[in-house]
Amino acid sequence: MKIQLRYFASIREALGHGAETIDTQAASLAALRDELIARGGAYADALARGRAVRVALNQTMADEGAALADGAEVGFFPPVTGG
Amino acid sequence: MAERVSIQTQDFDLSAEVAALRGQDRGVGAVCSFIGTVRDRNEGQSVSTMELEHYPGMTEKAIEAMIDEAFGRFDILGARVIHRVGLLQPTDQIVLVAVSSAHRGESFQACEFLMDYLKTQAPFWKKEQTPEGARWVDARVSDDKALARWGIDARNA
Repeated sequence: MKIQLRYFASIREALGHGAETIDTQAASLAALRDELIARGGAYADALARGRAVRVALNQTMADEGAALADGAEVGFFPPVTGG
Repeated sequence: MAERVSIQTQDFDLSAEVAALRGQDRGVGAVCSFIGTVRDRNEGQSVSTMELEHYPGMTEKAIEAMIDEAFGRFDILGARVIHRVGLLQPTDQIVLVAVSSAHRGESFQACEFLMDYLKTQAPFWKKEQTPEGARWVDARVSDDKALARWGIDARNA
């Protein structure tokens, strides 16, 4: 299935880009994050387990247990600091 | 229906926004507002400029949902949230939350609720320029605690 990925703030900077489309079989957000970590390099560092990373599914804050479906938009970003 | 959420680079005018809230409903007897501004110092360092990034689409959706939640919790008549993005200078306005109600208690509470909610659940990120270079602002545990007072688990910082 095709998933649209979005990256923001320090994660966007670390990866060097803010968006990409990937083909994946990851069933959940957690599995997707693991798949990206497995790419190594900046991905392994920016999305490392133990690092504070928040995830949005279709533009809504989500738990990593949430299931993925074809065409989903997933955002990875650090804790938010607006206001 | 009046526009409730704006994400914009340009500044905003508190008087105009409050006048609009008063004009929406002749039953308005109270308007409370909060404005957040850029400080010239943070975490012991001077700050020369601040850049704000957000997640277009999600930001508006998240804040609209927060306003719906505020309407469900408090007896309010109107609400307006404006958040600026892009490059800002110390003393600049960053965010406006304004709420109207018949009596003051509900708008005082709803204004604080919306601001606490926005701090930990709206996808904005601040980057400061300091004498030692640029740095992303860290989320504060105290902001998570502020939202916990309303019975919501922030899980941000």
